[in-house]
Amino acid sequence: MSKAAAITISGVDVYHGHGSQRFHAVRQADLTVAPRETFGLVGGSGSGKSTLLRVLAGLLSNWSGAITLAGQVLPPGERPPRSYYRHVQMVFQDPYASLNPRHTVDRILAEGLVLHGFADVEQRIRHLLDQVGLGPRFRFRYPHELSGGQRQRVAIARAIALEPDVLLLDEPTSALDASVQAEILNLLMAIRRERPVTCVFVSHDLSVITHLCDRVAVMQQGAIVERLSGDDLVARHVQHPYTRQLLAASEGLPA
Amino acid sequence: MSGAQSTMQTPNSRREARLIQFKIGLRRVVRNPSTLVGGLLVLTLLVMALIAPLIATHDPMAQILTDRLQPPSSAHWLGTDQLGRDIYSRLVYGAQPTLLIVILVIAFSAPFGLIIGMVAGYMGGWVETLLMRLTDIFMAFPRLILALALVSVLKPGLTNAVIAIAITAWPSYARLARAETLALRHADFVEAARGLGQSGRKIVMGQILPLCLSSAAIRATLDMAGIILTAAGLGFLGLGAQPPMAEWGAMIGTGRDHVFDAWWVAAAPGVAILLVSLGFNLLGDGLRDVLDPKHHD
Repeated sequence: MSKAAAITISGVDVYHGHGSQRFHAVRQADLTVAPRETFGLVGGSGSGKSTLLRVLAGLLSNWSGAITLAGQVLPPGERPPRSYYRHVQMVFQDPYASLNPRHTVDRILAEGLVLHGFADVEQRIRHLLDQVGLGPRFRFRYPHELSGGQRQRVAIARAIALEPDVLLLDEPTSALDASVQAEILNLLMAIRRERPVTCVFVSHDLSVITHLCDRVAVMQQGAIVERLSGDDLVARHVQHPYTRQLLAASEGLPA
Repeated sequence: MSGAQSTMQTPNSRREARLIQFKIGLRRVVRNPSTLVGGLLVLTLLVMALIAPLIATHDPMAQILTDRLQPPSSAHWLGTDQLGRDIYSRLVYGAQPTLLIVILVIAFSAPFGLIIGMVAGYMGGWVETLLMRLTDIFMAFPRLILALALVSVLKPGLTNAVIAIAITAWPSYARLARAETLALRHADFVEAARGLGQSGRKIVMGQILPLCLSSAAIRATLDMAGIILTAAGLGFLGLGAQPPMAEWGAMIGTGRDHVFDAWWVAAAPGVAILLVSLGFNLLGDGLRDVLDPKHHD
């Protein structure tokens, strides 16, 4: 990929609903994410961070502004073409909800590969299962036969199956218990080392973000209130009172 | 429970995975006595329809007027009717139109209703409003009355009976599929499928349909009892299968004239209808326990 930014977001407003019911979820967001960068989006619930992520994933179309992702222009107000989805994949927060309970792991992984015309589906599925540390014996299991951590590994395998340029992670560890969280984070770091992938990591937990991300944007009530580098975070060079609050919360201290 | 059982066997292929799921389900069916009874009754109907020529003792159409209205005996196990036809043999052959009607009605109404409901639930907006109001209109018709009206307009007969019943049977599947789809429409796994770039049609057929199938199967099994009763009702009124075809409802209809002096003519097909309806109901209840994930454990 070229030196150009992996993701450019400028003047983006996102809405939920229409007419008098319309809710302004994200206000005038501007962001650039460099290729191979891991970018963190932090904020409390309702801050619009997940909404912005879903727009990037091509799941929400009720927005205005301009977005370019991996050289593709995301058209506002409509569903992007199928080819767009090859460049961006998302891992959802709740691994208990993100896998179809009636599909085997094999089918879950095969779906995207077949849809996007990959040739060696068999081989790729086997490789993917190894890559996420599951191995071939999980291939024909159903989701209800897997633990939360194993399910999230399947979800990650599904996301990286299409070899996307951008991986969107919506709090991928917050539904898991602490020991499993660390395993999943390690897996994500390993994947990032293996492939040149740009990550956007959404979390409300600053400690996880500090650990993983090169740069961070803090969101509050639909607006980006502060942008920080990873070093700023470690050194606690934060300006906005809301960021201070989040920082204090992540350390278990009063603000 | 199923998790613990199946982790003992690790499937190595798609087929094996499906087989293990099937075995777990089957084991759960057999364990429940009422399901077992229902299953056996339905199985009996199936077998009876399939091998009718082998187990019938007489030709179901053969009229022996000298033997009319004979009570049950060793020659005629369930007696004979007003034309001297062997009731046992007619009962056995009567399983065929009964089963045929049930299968055809479900084969037409369930897929149609499911698609209407899933499309309505997934698309939302005016499509949903249009489709569901249409469903409401059909649902508002009393089933037997609409079937009666249709059959009398079209022409009495088996095919038209099937069409008439199917037209009144699909709305319940549409309702059910829409309700399930509404609950699933924004599920993460549906979003994930959209995030892979799957089209709406593929999501409905691949992601949502498999989750509607079990409740539709339960609904269909429970519906079958009602379909049999409606079909028999049409036959009884002379609007279903036409004579001389052996059909249970029509058999009761002709036996009605002799209820007091030859009770067996109407009683035999009556009991058959009762048992088969009971069988489908018991099986449907059992299937609900097996297939509905909310009923597990």
